[in-house]
Amino acid sequence: MRVKSILIAAALAAAIVAQAVAAPVRIAVVMPSATTDAAFSQSMWQALQAIQKEMGGASAIELKYTENMFNVPDAAAAIRDYASSGFDIVIAHGSQYGSSVQEIAPDFPKVTFAWGTDVDTFGLPNVYAYTAAAEQGGYVNGVLAAKLTKTKKIGVTGPLEVGDAKTYIDGFVQGVQSVDPAITVSKTWTGSFSDVALMAAAAKTHIANGADALTGSSQSVVGSIGAAKDAGGVLWFGTQADQASLAPSLVVASQVYDWTSMLKDILAKRKAGVLGGVVYTLTLDNGGLKVAYNPGFKLPESIKKAGLDAAQGISKGAIKVTP
Amino acid sequence: MRGFLSWSVLSGILNTMVGLATPFLYAALGETFAQTAGVVNLGVDGVMLLSAFAAFYVALSSGSLWLGLLAAALVGLAMGLLMSLVSVTLKAEQGVSGIGLYMFGLGMSSLLFKVLIGTVKTVVGFKPVSIPMLSRIPFAGPILFHNDVLTYGAFLLVPVAWWVLEKTTLGLKLKAVGQNPAAADSVGIGVGRIRYVAVCIGAVLAGVAGASLSIAQLDLFQDNLTAGQGFIAVALVYFGGWRPIGVLAGALLFSVANSFQLWIQVLGVKVPSSVAVMLPYLLTILALTVTANRARQPAALNKPFERGES
Repeated sequence: MRVKSILIAAALAAAIVAQAVAAPVRIAVVMPSATTDAAFSQSMWQALQAIQKEMGGASAIELKYTENMFNVPDAAAAIRDYASSGFDIVIAHGSQYGSSVQEIAPDFPKVTFAWGTDVDTFGLPNVYAYTAAAEQGGYVNGVLAAKLTKTKKIGVTGPLEVGDAKTYIDGFVQGVQSVDPAITVSKTWTGSFSDVALMAAAAKTHIANGADALTGSSQSVVGSIGAAKDAGGVLWFGTQADQASLAPSLVVASQVYDWTSMLKDILAKRKAGVLGGVVYTLTLDNGGLKVAYNPGFKLPESIKKAGLDAAQGISKGAIKVTP
Repeated sequence: MRGFLSWSVLSGILNTMVGLATPFLYAALGETFAQTAGVVNLGVDGVMLLSAFAAFYVALSSGSLWLGLLAAALVGLAMGLLMSLVSVTLKAEQGVSGIGLYMFGLGMSSLLFKVLIGTVKTVVGFKPVSIPMLSRIPFAGPILFHNDVLTYGAFLLVPVAWWVLEKTTLGLKLKAVGQNPAAADSVGIGVGRIRYVAVCIGAVLAGVAGASLSIAQLDLFQDNLTAGQGFIAVALVYFGGWRPIGVLAGALLFSVANSFQLWIQVLGVKVPSSVAVMLPYLLTILALTVTANRARQPAALNKPFERGES
């Protein structure tokens, strides 16, 4: 009888251990736009899918997302719901979600929160913050644009003068000026991350003013890219995600945010018992930022080399780009 | 400010204005029909969204822009019938049912986009067509006579809407139903039927407004593509005093202000961008306040009709 009890207990323990080993890490992400926005949200969703695939699929990592959370109170409710329903890591992918994370994270000390783009972990042990040195890829795009423009006029279509939308453009302008300070870079801000029609109108305005190269950020730049296509011969420089597929003959290069290394590090740290407290910055040097050259665009080798040299100079610290 | 003195900048401002005004004209003229008959449809933006998706999806899969346009109009019609059923037949509160329709259009277009397309794609949309001779008129020619077919349609709709509202029996019936439904009913006008027609005309035109964005101006679809343009269209009906010419004035004012603020930024005029983007809204509110004319508002606006009540 005693032997039987021991055997049953051992079997139960083995089952529990097996279950614990097999249980996937549960990651949820809350995003301001859609996973298909060809920009900020898509970059994070693709990274999550990539690490899921690399680490063994859905049995190793369970992924859930809530998208189109422009409304911060809705996003806060989603963040809290995920935390309270047993998710291990909750990612609040928007700089507008900071105060929500600051409020919710202390209530769930065993859950890891990650949010960005920002550099503030609020001194909380279970919060990671992340940002992207968007000015670096912006600088490289600026160098390429300056070398390709014939009219010496370049247009920038931005959403709001905040976060990486602003720092990207700061870097872009510095890149242009490093090649030729006489080139005019005009900037427009639409006041919205989502107004595609106004973004398209802004791009058309730049083109009417003589610009032959455009750039910009946010999910609404698909409007600008469309305007560039309509005009014909106007070049586009992307950021956040590889935008070559939107206009294969016009997109020269895109700065791509690659969050995979950061996500892997967060997973490793969590496994080692570190639930937060670290700030990540994607840079060209650490591989979090990449400049994806569009293979469909015939970029002269000398100009591509200038882009590669600029990226290397930034990585090595020889070129300083200020956001 | 020196840059603003050139003809090319003025031409650029007006050119952008014409494009920006197009979806507003369709949506606001359509809403004028609905409101003239006494029904406020706050769901215009939702109709625009779902129709914009339908136009884009059909154009993408069939390769025919005209089929896409037809799909948008049919989706508009279906949503118009739904709005009519809820607000006319079932007599639900119009504001609430309109918001419901908006949320349905927003959510459904987003869902269908994700399921059927998945990521941002583009189509080759309606291209500008130059009107022979007229497009060569100096300055005005390229602005007015080098546009896509839906833009021409939007501006032609202004006199057509005026003619229907002012010169036809249908127009008279729409006004009668919107001003005094009990009196209209007593002379044998089917109030419910006329309101169905009005709401459906409005929704079909809102559908075309959506199509003008997705297969003529932007040539793509994305979540929440309209970014609230349908609500501005509803405001333009009040702005225009329920008259097509007033709606045209409002749509042009809002669009030219938007175009102007973009040029301010492009030319580097030292105005903070946050102030510049506020300009169209400030101007519209200001003009609305100055020109407010409630006298023309349909007396039975927003009121469900119940036979025997007045």
